[in-house]
Amino acid sequence: MGEKTEIYSGIRQKTEALLKIKDMSLSFIQYTSGLRQTELKVISGLSMEAHKGEILAVVGSSGSGKSLLAHAILGILPSNAKLEGKMEYCACTLTQEKKEELRGKELALIPQSTTYLDPLMRISDQVIGSVEEENEGLRKKLQRKIFRKYDLKPEVERMFPHELSGGMTRRVLVSTAVISSAKLIIADEPTPGLDDKTLKETLSYFRDMANNGCAVILITHDIEAALKISDKIAIFYAGTILEVANVEDFKNDGEYLRHPYTRALWNALPQNKFQAIKGHQPMQDEVTDGCIFYERCSKKSEFCSKGFPNLKRVNGGLVRCNNVS
Amino acid sequence: MSSAIAMGNKSLFQGLNLRQKTILIISFTSILLFAIVIISLFLAGNALPTNFESKNLAPSLEHPFGTDWMGRDMFVRTLEGLGLSIIIGAFASLISTVLTLILGLFSSLGKTADSFVSWLVDLFLSVPHLLLIILISIGMGGGTKGVIIGVALTHWPSLTRVVRAEIKQLKTQEYLHISKNLGNSKWWIATKHILPHLSPQILLGTILMFPHAILHEASVTFLGFGLSPHEPAIGIILSEAMGYLSAGYWWLAFFPGLSLLIVVLAFDMIGENFGKLMNPKMAHE
Amino acid sequence: MKHAKLGFFLGKKTIKLISLLVVVCFASFWIVEQSPIDPVRAYIGEMSIQSEQKAKLDEYWGVNTPVQEKFFNWAGKLLKGDFGVSLIYRVPVIDVIKEKFTASLILMACSWLISGVIGFVLGIIAGMKNGTWIDKAIKTYCYILTATPTFWLALLLLMVFSVYLGLFPLGFSVPIGVAAANVTLFDKFQHLILPALTLSLLGVAQIAMFTREKLIKVLLSDYVLFAKARGEKGLDLILRHGVRNVALPAITLQFLGFSELFGGAALVEQVFSYPGIGQATVAAGLRSDVPLLLGIVIFSAIFVFFGNLIADLIYEFIDPRLKQKEAML
Repeated sequence: MGEKTEIYSGIRQKTEALLKIKDMSLSFIQYTSGLRQTELKVISGLSMEAHKGEILAVVGSSGSGKSLLAHAILGILPSNAKLEGKMEYCACTLTQEKKEELRGKELALIPQSTTYLDPLMRISDQVIGSVEEENEGLRKKLQRKIFRKYDLKPEVERMFPHELSGGMTRRVLVSTAVISSAKLIIADEPTPGLDDKTLKETLSYFRDMANNGCAVILITHDIEAALKISDKIAIFYAGTILEVANVEDFKNDGEYLRHPYTRALWNALPQNKFQAIKGHQPMQDEVTDGCIFYERCSKKSEFCSKGFPNLKRVNGGLVRCNNVS
Repeated sequence: MSSAIAMGNKSLFQGLNLRQKTILIISFTSILLFAIVIISLFLAGNALPTNFESKNLAPSLEHPFGTDWMGRDMFVRTLEGLGLSIIIGAFASLISTVLTLILGLFSSLGKTADSFVSWLVDLFLSVPHLLLIILISIGMGGGTKGVIIGVALTHWPSLTRVVRAEIKQLKTQEYLHISKNLGNSKWWIATKHILPHLSPQILLGTILMFPHAILHEASVTFLGFGLSPHEPAIGIILSEAMGYLSAGYWWLAFFPGLSLLIVVLAFDMIGENFGKLMNPKMAHE
Repeated sequence: MKHAKLGFFLGKKTIKLISLLVVVCFASFWIVEQSPIDPVRAYIGEMSIQSEQKAKLDEYWGVNTPVQEKFFNWAGKLLKGDFGVSLIYRVPVIDVIKEKFTASLILMACSWLISGVIGFVLGIIAGMKNGTWIDKAIKTYCYILTATPTFWLALLLLMVFSVYLGLFPLGFSVPIGVAAANVTLFDKFQHLILPALTLSLLGVAQIAMFTREKLIKVLLSDYVLFAKARGEKGLDLILRHGVRNVALPAITLQFLGFSELFGGAALVEQVFSYPGIGQATVAAGLRSDVPLLLGIVIFSAIFVFFGNLIADLIYEFIDPRLKQKEAML
């Protein structure tokens, strides 16, 4: 553990880390047909940090288990989930009890879609949330203020979730986090289905939050959107983080990037080389001995097929690869 | 987190996993029900001895369920009644399943056929079930035949509804369109593609139909329709027992009814555990 | 706009009811016609009469007229509101049904309400405590109840409360020897308790299991997950999101249960000698009172139809999600 802390201390660090995750792994116990029990590993050996005043984007392809990372931090995993590893918030160990105490107050989630809103509850009641009666008036005023700021008309208050448009839903979901005055905000896929203008707007909300001293974790599959506003980019692949790069590292041909996968992602963008990477992510039930990226890597050596490299510090970033130094 | 998983296994059958437990429950209850039917078939041949010296006896080791006013052993009568109930239930479920199959496949042929089936289901559900059984049983001239036909002809609507919904969902599948484009007939598609998919659903539906059929048969018999007074049906035993309640002969009603309850419960358990095996998602609860 | 939609909906339902009744009348008449029952014998009962009187009655009941003519005679009278005369009660069928249905409605309404409320609360508790011993206890209770023969439970309660404890009278909604006019409200109430209790105990099972499953599903939903992520928990969470989302489907289900309620009432009324529509049905069936039986079939179909209609109304007009869906179409 001591070694790892040292590694982190090297990264550009304007502020103290609000959230630290070390070696987190997550698996599910499942019954398959005929009631046979299996264990499905979704996240393994994941480490990352979120800092005050910064946006950390966790970028990975859809369906790779990124949302579960958010659920794990908030302690809202289903009961058949098995979570291991260490989590710290404000230098205190973040246990399940601690998570339950902090969520809604210090930790906030901005979920990805309208299904996260109660279909039978009016919008204002949802945004205000569950509060004691004496605070209700105050919260109501706060909610009105936030709605004005996000350009949500007063009649939205009385609407039901299904009556909202995509952009309105996004702003309502953001409002739920803003009203909580949380310090750590986790936004789960906030960008899909938005037009350019709304996208820019939404992203600017997150920048605002970070500028106000929050730590923002932006979980997304959209590396372009992430690059626009984030400070650091964590590349999520097959249940773990392959690289944490600073946003300045993404330029030219990607020669400042540390991991071949990150470089491939960068080069796959239309404005760059527009080259897609071959192959696919290993399935969750596939077991590999070596590096998780071995099959698709262009720089692999025999050494890579034995053991998964640890996260190490390179040029002010972190990477899990044998071929960089 | 891991405590939730550990809890599931920390029950009566420690050391067995859920799959083994489920199969064990199914086997045990099935054996119990088969045993009842077989014993009752053996008993049916011999007329029950009436023995007026030992009439109206409370339960004892010799007569675990007591005796009635004719000195007949209630345990033997109950066993015979249960056997009869299970056989009638099996017959009625079988007929209803066949009807479900026919109507389900018929509904897959086209829009008109489907609306006809849906209309028929609604029609059968529009009159209270018990009243419908009474009506049909009267129409069939009453008696044992009337009750059996009444029960057999009225248990298909709910399963047919399930099957119809299933078919509707199946029909959106790509391979059925392909099969149609290949020139296969509607009936061919119904029997070769749709039927195999439905069979587990229908099997489960049949098992779950049993308890309903048994309870309805007993109820109608209790009300006095159908089975003749010398048949050892549970409904008849209980309606006779009603006349002896004020005399304090509680065992006449208590044990036969309880036995019927256990048989019905056994069918429910088989159905539920069978469903778990088929649909593992249910086991996560 | 909204009224127009309601009007259209009700118009559609009225047409459906009429077409349903036509088919039910026709089908039930046809079924009864198959039966070898001789209505004249049923009318005469134990009396001995001369053959010329019998011939007269045969003519009156139309024993020798063809089936079609009989049906149109009967149906024609039905349209004028004439359901014929009950053979066993010797009064117009409509009067018998009016009296018996009222008595049964009280019984059914009581047990419908009690079982609904208790079932819902038990279901919420079980769903909330999913997997604990409380949940298992409630589930076991419900499983056993669904397997319990209605009439057997009625017999047990009768045995315990009337025979052994002597708390309630044995049968008859009106005490024997007391003129109907002198029956006090208390007497009526006393005779209502056990039948209503039986039906309530049994009715709990279905609604409780349904509520439980629905609540478990709601608790696994994205919006409850989000509510948890916002710090909501425990009873507050259940009340805010659980009950809100489970209540409507549960009430709908309860309205869909009119058919079973009728069957349960018939059995319970038989055991407790409660003079309701269920007992009249059994009497009409056993003693071949065809006019009364057909009348009851028609009215019970209307009864079930209204249960379904209310369920549909809730579904279409109260649930805000569906209101919107309609508007978008």
